[in-house]
Amino acid sequence: MAPILILPIAIPMATAAVLLLIRNTRIQRWLALVGAFCLLASAIAIALTVRADGIQVLQAASWAAPFGITFVADRLSAVLLVAVGTVGVATTAYAFAGIDPRRESAGYHPVLMVLLMGVSGAFLTGDLFNLYVWFEVMLVASFVLMALYRNRMQVRAAFTYVTLNLIASAILLTALGLLYGKTGTLNMADLSRMWSTGELPPLHLSMAALFFTAFAIKAALFPWFSWLPASYHAPPAAISAIFAGLLTKVGVYSMVRVFTLLFQNIHPAGHTFILALSLATMVVGVTCALTQRDFRRVLSFNLVGHIGFTTMGLGLATPLGLAGSLLYVLHHILAITNLYLVAGLFLRMRRTSEFDRLGSLFRTHPFAALLALIPLFALAGVPPLSGAIAKIALVRAAFDSGAYWAGAIALVVGLLSLLSVARLWDEGFWKSAPPDADKASPIWQQLVPIGGLTALTLTFTLAAGPLFELTSSIAADLLRPDAYVHAVLQGG
Amino acid sequence: MELLLAITAGSLYAAGLYLLLRPRLAQLIIGLGLLTNGTNILIFVSGGLTRAIPPVLPEGQPSLEPPFADPVPQSLILTAIVIGFGVLAFALLLAHHVHRTSGSDDVGGAR
Repeated sequence: MAPILILPIAIPMATAAVLLLIRNTRIQRWLALVGAFCLLASAIAIALTVRADGIQVLQAASWAAPFGITFVADRLSAVLLVAVGTVGVATTAYAFAGIDPRRESAGYHPVLMVLLMGVSGAFLTGDLFNLYVWFEVMLVASFVLMALYRNRMQVRAAFTYVTLNLIASAILLTALGLLYGKTGTLNMADLSRMWSTGELPPLHLSMAALFFTAFAIKAALFPWFSWLPASYHAPPAAISAIFAGLLTKVGVYSMVRVFTLLFQNIHPAGHTFILALSLATMVVGVTCALTQRDFRRVLSFNLVGHIGFTTMGLGLATPLGLAGSLLYVLHHILAITNLYLVAGLFLRMRRTSEFDRLGSLFRTHPFAALLALIPLFALAGVPPLSGAIAKIALVRAAFDSGAYWAGAIALVVGLLSLLSVARLWDEGFWKSAPPDADKASPIWQQLVPIGGLTALTLTFTLAAGPLFELTSSIAADLLRPDAYVHAVLQGG
Repeated sequence: MELLLAITAGSLYAAGLYLLLRPRLAQLIIGLGLLTNGTNILIFVSGGLTRAIPPVLPEGQPSLEPPFADPVPQSLILTAIVIGFGVLAFALLLAHHVHRTSGSDDVGGAR
């Protein structure tokens, strides 16, 4: 029994409850920041406990698995929780740079905390129905954050987002209904044990297809990605940042979890299918990014394209491939969150993120430009920054497993994303701004979170060796789930 | 009974998906509602149908003899209904806003 596991859920919930009682937005900002720091601290404490004592299990209300709801923290969950805490701290700190006061008083801070609670819950739960519930918590919070902004484009964007995600939820629920009907349990460890005996329940391929579709919509994989570029450029920078950093990653995490615990020995064609969709996502996302003329739209399409890298390892189904993808997830959370915050600089200075109004930031504010340069080139995968290391691992894994075409496509996509990032740099920082552009400056409240995340990206690069060892051992654990199953069903 | 409910669930899915493809926001929302209800019936049927055998332990009996109704799907449906209801209410509110800001309830024309 590890009561510490409830903290990443309880802390944001308590913070949200307190925030609802306070009307003063200045105090709200401080409380939200404190809440996010506590969340990060609890995540680090869990990570240290998992590192010292192995997988931690909490059976809610002491109902033994598989009858109750189980919370499990293995190394994968622990690392992702630390990422949630980091993104939470960065975005709540960014709120000090100013949010539209009317919207801030309409409940921005408490809803953001509920969103963090949903993401933490999804990373911790060991029960599939509970995962669905966390998905809904997360989605409703994100719906509200998106719809708090009521100009025409934003409401429109919110509607696309809501519809596609509700369809994904319905598909996930269908999969759960079938799965429960055929197996009588929704505890992931119990299901994994059932699957490992080799006697698969009827309809297991339909279930795999339904689970895959639901998670692929949430992760924005091709051909289900259209909701993401249609909506992520609309809300203010901090909200786009937290969505981009965390929400799609929950879809990727769930896919990795379910397809390693349950559907690990599906037909090899299943893996090829996942690989093909990942590659299609990369190609389509990065190519579309080249056609856009807006900083945030280019980021949205790059986000889609790079999701392909995070699921590619699952398609390759080798330890190296999975390790590369997990490393990519961690690198991508840091880099993309940071870049949406950088887009916030432009929104403040030029009131838009369209290329026509941007430019000359490198000349006027070289320090801010340098802070933005590092995540930009990390995103593109320029060696020696963090993206390159993860990409090399993935390409290597593709070549090792004989999928030369996949490795080749990944390399070409790497070049294309370098091209689109070079465009971002040129249009945003290097070219001369139009003479009538507004001349506001970035403020330190924006630069501190951006600088912090940039420092973390640099640390990530320097610590790439140990981090890669960590994701390699996580990948090895994922491919042999015995320890996870044993910890849930016996321990706790 | 299973067959009847299975056909009902299937029809709700089909009607829901058809409405999701229609051009009006109102149809889209009704479609979402039908889809979630179809899912709820599917969970209900897949849990196995029983009649008047509640899973209650009679006094003095150490364990329950099958067959008895499985309470888990019912609690799953209850949760799903509550969530679906909340989300649907939210979608209605959002559709109202789209209608107010764009003056149309056309899915494509509200740009």
